[in-house]
Amino acid sequence: MNLAEAQQLLERAESEAAMAAEAVAELEELAELERRYVGRRSPAAQVTEAIKSLAPEDRRPAGQAVSDYKAAIAEVIERRRAAIVASGAAGGPGGERLDLTSGGHGRVRGHLHLVTQIQRELEDIFAGLGYRVAEGPEVEDDWHNFEALNIPPAHPARSMQDTLYVRLGRDEQVMLRTHTSPVQIRTMEANEPPIYVVAPGRTYRNETPGPRNSPVFHQMECLAVDRGITLADLFGTIEVFVKRLFDDETVRTRFRSDYFPYTEPSAELAVSCIFCHGEGCRVCSHTGWIELGGCGMVDPNVFEAVGYDPEEWQGFAFGFGLERIAMIRYGIDEIRTFFDGDIRFLAQY
Amino acid sequence: MRAPLSWIREFTPVEASTDELVSALNQVGLEVEGVDEPGRDVRGVIAARVVDVVRHPKADKLTLVDIDFGSDSTRVVCGAENVAAGDVVPYAPAGAHLPEPFGVLERRTIRGVTSDGMLLAPDELGLGDDHEGIVHLDGSAKPGTDVRELLGLDDVIFDLSITPNRPDAMCIVGVAREVAAHFRLPLQVPEAHAPTDPTVGSDITVRVDAPDRCPRYLGRVAQVTMGPSPTWMAQRLVKSGMRPISNVVDVTNYVLLERNQPLHAFDLGRLAGRGILVRLAERGEHIATLDGVDRALTEEDLLICDAAGAPQAIAGVMGGGTSEVSDDTSEILLESAYFERMGIARTSKRLKLRSESSARFERGIDPNGVAEHAERAMELFAEVADAKVAGEAFDVYPQPVERARIHVRTSKVNGVLGTDLSDTEILDALRPLGIEVDGGGDDITVVAPTFRPDLEREIDIVEEVARRVGFESIGRTVARPREQVGVLTPRQRERRVVAGALVGAGLSEAVTIPLVAPADLERAGAPLDRLVEAANPLRAEESVLRTRILPGLLRAVAHNHAHGLADVGLFEVGRVFLAPRGEGALLPEEPTHLAVALAGTVARRPVEDDRPVDPFDALDVLHEVFDALEIAAGGTEAAGRPGFDPTRTAAVLVDGQEIGVVGELDPRLLVALELTPPVVGFELDLDRLLDGRRRDRTFRPPSPYPPSTIDLAFVVDEEVAAGDVAETLRRAAGDVLEEVRLFDVFRSDALGAGRKSLAFALRFRAPDRTLTDDEVGEIRRRCVEAAAREHHGELRG
Repeated sequence: MNLAEAQQLLERAESEAAMAAEAVAELEELAELERRYVGRRSPAAQVTEAIKSLAPEDRRPAGQAVSDYKAAIAEVIERRRAAIVASGAAGGPGGERLDLTSGGHGRVRGHLHLVTQIQRELEDIFAGLGYRVAEGPEVEDDWHNFEALNIPPAHPARSMQDTLYVRLGRDEQVMLRTHTSPVQIRTMEANEPPIYVVAPGRTYRNETPGPRNSPVFHQMECLAVDRGITLADLFGTIEVFVKRLFDDETVRTRFRSDYFPYTEPSAELAVSCIFCHGEGCRVCSHTGWIELGGCGMVDPNVFEAVGYDPEEWQGFAFGFGLERIAMIRYGIDEIRTFFDGDIRFLAQY
Repeated sequence: MRAPLSWIREFTPVEASTDELVSALNQVGLEVEGVDEPGRDVRGVIAARVVDVVRHPKADKLTLVDIDFGSDSTRVVCGAENVAAGDVVPYAPAGAHLPEPFGVLERRTIRGVTSDGMLLAPDELGLGDDHEGIVHLDGSAKPGTDVRELLGLDDVIFDLSITPNRPDAMCIVGVAREVAAHFRLPLQVPEAHAPTDPTVGSDITVRVDAPDRCPRYLGRVAQVTMGPSPTWMAQRLVKSGMRPISNVVDVTNYVLLERNQPLHAFDLGRLAGRGILVRLAERGEHIATLDGVDRALTEEDLLICDAAGAPQAIAGVMGGGTSEVSDDTSEILLESAYFERMGIARTSKRLKLRSESSARFERGIDPNGVAEHAERAMELFAEVADAKVAGEAFDVYPQPVERARIHVRTSKVNGVLGTDLSDTEILDALRPLGIEVDGGGDDITVVAPTFRPDLEREIDIVEEVARRVGFESIGRTVARPREQVGVLTPRQRERRVVAGALVGAGLSEAVTIPLVAPADLERAGAPLDRLVEAANPLRAEESVLRTRILPGLLRAVAHNHAHGLADVGLFEVGRVFLAPRGEGALLPEEPTHLAVALAGTVARRPVEDDRPVDPFDALDVLHEVFDALEIAAGGTEAAGRPGFDPTRTAAVLVDGQEIGVVGELDPRLLVALELTPPVVGFELDLDRLLDGRRRDRTFRPPSPYPPSTIDLAFVVDEEVAAGDVAETLRRAAGDVLEEVRLFDVFRSDALGAGRKSLAFALRFRAPDRTLTDDEVGEIRRRCVEAAAREHHGELRG
């Protein structure tokens, strides 16, 4: 094949293709036609194959002829494709009329439990402050739940909590944890300071279920142990956390002297009512303040129990109920609601 | 405790408003739970002098009382019999307001006589529930005076919640001390002084056989005239929540409330041997306490006995002997003692018997206040019971309790609080609390009063400083870890991934109570061999810890069903509890499980038809979880498991290990829960799932070459598991197999009983070339042979 023959072959093929395309009515046929004119055994392929046997000065014009040819075929194919699609022959509107206002097949998304949502939110806030999430067993021994927390046997603080004991070990040696504070002890026993952790989890009280009482609820504990941690750090950290929790820079915090065996000084933590902004409303019992939990500086006896030197290390701890936060935020008045698994409640959040 | 403001003012001249006082008490840690103003609802009631009393003409039990109320006089009808000419009584004219439920008084005609208002009994003034007779006011009161003034009703009573570390604040003087310190006022507690009478015998004995449990016992004697307490004392007791009994008993309660010293008055005439023996109880000993209950004692309980050894009281908890004071008591022995805290706490807890006394002893009273407070009682006995007081006190106090001396550093105070206080500020903060201070800088010596047993260590003093300077004056800083990054552990992150997948699959998360009834577990086929039982459950329904989540989750499904919500999909992630195994293990194992339950119908209408849930729905969810975690080898194996329908159940395998079960719940179990079958679901050990091997994440470029597909149908015995056949095909086809999918299961007479046809679609693709027809033919042959060899599968034409 010489250059002239090649050019002739392509010209003929191009006009053939143009005519053949006019006769094509379906996209599949059009694809077949495209293969025939630019595919593996097409004129374009033949010419390309022949280029290397042409005289050197003919090779460039031959190459140019092939690319012009391909562009021309592509244009023919595209023009025809547009025509076919426009004609509706390739399928178009006209099937059964579907009423899309009727909703879908009914596939739905589920919902995370509200307590889980609150827990994640808090975990994420504290992660942002550099804290890790610590965990511990729900069935605890006397050492971790009481004694290491500076609550020796017969301590009056033990009667502050109704403990549900289990039949393991000695009498009253093993119990369902009454708070998440034992995780503090376990974390410190297993790690050297500094420690920055939060410990969310289930806690238990020996209470008959009712609107206000639940044998099970969730708490989150925060523990920071480092050199030079101060009460001001505790108050400042809580202030930052509370503002993020309620996503409100105007929320104020209030600390009042309180007593917990495992912290000293200890304080009760309240926040200005997020509904009335301190004016007084039903949610805050017209006090303008909502009690959130307790906090304080880790008692030196607790450090001694876990083998930390209280002269070298200082720390703070605070804790609060997760259901309580949800109840405040969403006006839920019965704690029982969290545990029946009622799909209407679950799906609301 | 209830603290009347009028009583607090006896010790410090506080003039602050009620709001200011509430705020101050809260700040210093004496939490105000309520504020009571008893006189608030008594309006328009005045004092009236009785001029004459005559019989009602038509009623025997009523009288007509003529009264003078200062500005005028009138006549009222009265039903009480304790009214005589000359008495001064509270008079409520028509229009006066009384506390609920009485409200506004109206003029009434009683048996034909119009009563112009009424004379009031205590209950009508809100003074307890006594309705027996008319209140008698002080005879010198001027008619027309507002009774609130005369009865002390114009008072504010703070209901305080005192934390267990502050026994000193369980009395009026203690509260007054905090108030005085806060408002920078003086605290003035007059020294008690009772005039003594040398003629009163002091021939008593006091012997303490258990000095560890009773470090101090003081007895004093007085001759008394029994009778009612004067109004002022009775009023204070009522306002503080105590019932007046008799002058002698009331004085002991009064001192308890005022000074935090529990006291006990014995009738000395009835104490055999005119003496006291303090000893531990003997095994099997009993005592009938004042509340009428017979109490069995142990050798741990401390008894107050007469000199002959007969029990008169459980020390520090409650009286109960024959020597309780009564109307004909003429001589008393007053006990003022200090008992060891833990002993009282143990006895009180074991007997489930708490009293005002035990609550104080177990928190710790002031061992060095015992004598002074007894003196205060003697002073009051003289005043209200006409007492003649013996001069001598029998004080058994072999080892006086020393005040704690604590070394305090200014640097430590500031280091803990984040403050910049000077030593002078620290010392000034402490002094008003009765704390002696000396020195400065990092060498301060603090001597704590013995009424503050909570002050033992430097940190205790740091807390006092913080309380005194106020938390509002503490700065606000944020501590952050210098090296740690705040991230979840991979496992914590993956638990979120699992929950996310389940939510995406349409399931909602339930949180059920891990305490369940044993019968619930048994019925659901949960393991019972390692049950952890509650030792002191309140209800049988919550007496064991769950070993599986599904039984509780099914209860949640039943709850929804009972509310007309039959179509639910729930999941729960939580701990299950298995009693410890092995030597020395004390705590149960607590694997985290994941349970899923789907009930009712899968909604497809109106586009397609609804259908009941089936086990394949549960399988889909399971595979979504596998996929979310990129589990490499997760699957199922035909198996029956308790609680599930044996014909529709499979074991869940990860890396060849069984980690749970999936299928349809046993209909018999569902019926017991009043649930309509079918309910499907699974439960698996999430910890072990998360231990599972993950898919290889090495990059494999998607092949650009075209696929080849073939369909293969095999006739096999009914018992042959489709999953196993698919696995065989997967192995036989090798690397070029891209997907194998079971697309049809078919049974017919032609195939024969116990036979079925399984049809699979296989898709092959090579990464580097287009597979030739020969190659595909070869793979097909290998698949057919393998199916025949391993499952006796006959290829269908």
